[in-house]
Amino acid sequence: MPGIAMLRALWVYRSFITSSVLREFHAKYRESLLGGFWSVANPLTMIVIYTVIFGQLMRPTLPGHEGNPFAFSIYLCAGVITWGLFAEMISRLSGIFLENGNLIKKSNLPRICLPAIAALSALVNFGIIFGVYLVFLALVGHWPGWSLLAMVPLLALQLMFALGLGVFLGTLNVFFRDVGQLTSVVLQFWFWLTPVVYTLPGLPGPARSVLQYNPLLPLITAYQQIFLEQTVPNFVSFWPVMVLTGVLLLLGAYFFLARVGEMVDEL
Amino acid sequence: MSALTVSNIAKAYKRYPSKWARVLEWLTGRVTHQKTWVLKDVSFTVRPGESVGIIGMNGAGKSTLLKIITGTTQPTLGSVTARGRVAALLELGMGFHPDFTGRQNVFMAGQLLGLGIDEIQDRMPDIEAFAEIGEYIDRPVRMYSSGMQMRLAFSVATAVRPDVLIVDEALSVGDAYFQHKSFERIREFGKQGTSMLIVSHDKQAIQSICDRAILLKSGEVCLEGPPEAVMDYYNAMLADHQNQNVKQEALADGTIQTVSGTGEACVIDIYVSNDKGERVDVVGVGDAITLTVLVETKEFIPRLVLGYGIKDRVGQVVYGTNTHLTGQPIENVPAGSRVRFDVSFAANLGVGSFSVQTALVSTETHLVNNYEWRDLALVFEVVNISKPLFVGLAWVEPKISISRDMSTEELR
Repeated sequence: MPGIAMLRALWVYRSFITSSVLREFHAKYRESLLGGFWSVANPLTMIVIYTVIFGQLMRPTLPGHEGNPFAFSIYLCAGVITWGLFAEMISRLSGIFLENGNLIKKSNLPRICLPAIAALSALVNFGIIFGVYLVFLALVGHWPGWSLLAMVPLLALQLMFALGLGVFLGTLNVFFRDVGQLTSVVLQFWFWLTPVVYTLPGLPGPARSVLQYNPLLPLITAYQQIFLEQTVPNFVSFWPVMVLTGVLLLLGAYFFLARVGEMVDEL
Repeated sequence: MSALTVSNIAKAYKRYPSKWARVLEWLTGRVTHQKTWVLKDVSFTVRPGESVGIIGMNGAGKSTLLKIITGTTQPTLGSVTARGRVAALLELGMGFHPDFTGRQNVFMAGQLLGLGIDEIQDRMPDIEAFAEIGEYIDRPVRMYSSGMQMRLAFSVATAVRPDVLIVDEALSVGDAYFQHKSFERIREFGKQGTSMLIVSHDKQAIQSICDRAILLKSGEVCLEGPPEAVMDYYNAMLADHQNQNVKQEALADGTIQTVSGTGEACVIDIYVSNDKGERVDVVGVGDAITLTVLVETKEFIPRLVLGYGIKDRVGQVVYGTNTHLTGQPIENVPAGSRVRFDVSFAANLGVGSFSVQTALVSTETHLVNNYEWRDLALVFEVVNISKPLFVGLAWVEPKISISRDMSTEELR
């Protein structure tokens, strides 16, 4: 079973994978004076800017939160941070085999380790940003409480969705380099077709019915619900995304396994 | 029981007529590509502890074969089975990151080679000691010289004895001292039971290290047998296609001989003989020797001049002249004649190996008519038998007179 062999390779190379993730993180800040501070500084700046612009200057109001000056910032960050994880994963994974062409051509490292490293790296970056966001929520007195636990299954679902799609695109990109270009274009459209900077109820009816087909919509709105409304979303509404995730994972794994041997000849 | 079994390996690269052809093939399943076979049905086995040399001209498929054995590339047909760990000294330094210290990189590169963290931890002192880079081990790799980087990479790659080791003989690891040290380690592995697969052009290396040699030609095993026989066949094969105007051929010692020219005349034999008339390839410093060049003409040549140069080990011409400069051109040479040149001189050369280049031309340069130009036509060795020890390229015999206990007046 090639699928089992793939999972076993991940297990055998687990320490290589974790070292690579740590190394990627260290490499970013290694030669800077302030080091890890920069990983916190970037998301902090984002939150401060959103809070000042949308909370104090523009004052858009969310229904039911008119009295809270931080409401829109909380809403915005919940979407931007989780979308950021998705976008980082997709764009990194779609180029993962091309970027590591040298390594693939010259070593016999199990190829599946590469997407694993990229996914975990994205998760580490997300973890830091998310941590800053949680501190911000605690400071402004909008701590989501127990509903925060609902993030775990939702993030896992999003991760699997991105992994399946990303590995598929990454493999395809080796053979057709257009895929990488197309991915970055599609990601831009996808961002604006997801209610991150605007709200779903604020849209006209026809636009809303189009957005229903966006598989990220239930996830992003659920995150926003957890942090803004501080309530647990209805998990039943996720079954189409779950089915799609299952299909993408199978497709990604099947396609990767079928083409992994041929890959090195094309790099 | 074999350590490595290569059975019926074949490798084809796909070539598509256009970029869209692949899309078409994937969507419709109709085959649009053509296959270029770089390996065809290669099979052999390597017993535990055995060393096998792989030789072949450029493009014979050696690299592809090694990549398939190491698992980097997948064969189109056939399979490779290896017992135990396979290590390759082909791509040293994979996984090194310039911003991390040598020690951190050792862990990373080691894991990339399939070693466990504790295995690397255990061997860290050995790796450090073997690489001989001292305190640099805790400095970023970007501060290393390329030699230091190679030494460290070699030390990691050979930290754990593999069951099958693949070595590219062209591998150069640092200076001569470290070369010797690294080949000593490779030989030690062989004694301990590691099977080896060595790619080389070096007749000496193949014959001294290998138990068996395999000659690859256009992706197929052309000959397999004792190293001596296979190497001779290989050299004959190289000599076989000499009817081109410019060609380079690898000599047995790995150097490249270049022959060019229009081919109206050619050197058919060249040798050095001593004062007794015996052919020799080792001469003593200062010996009277004769360089004989036998030339055959293919066509009528109005004016024939022989030029020759004696070069040292690094290619510097020590002495050169031609029969135009000595006033001895020969005129109106008919086709099919043989001309013998005997050049006698004293071998006033330093100790070392020297090569002879020859030129068959019509004037003092080869720019007017270049019938044949042959580099490395002959190699001979100069040894010091009867002279006092000296250094240098040339034997410049001195007469040293020494005077002692003189007054300042006499010293003037």
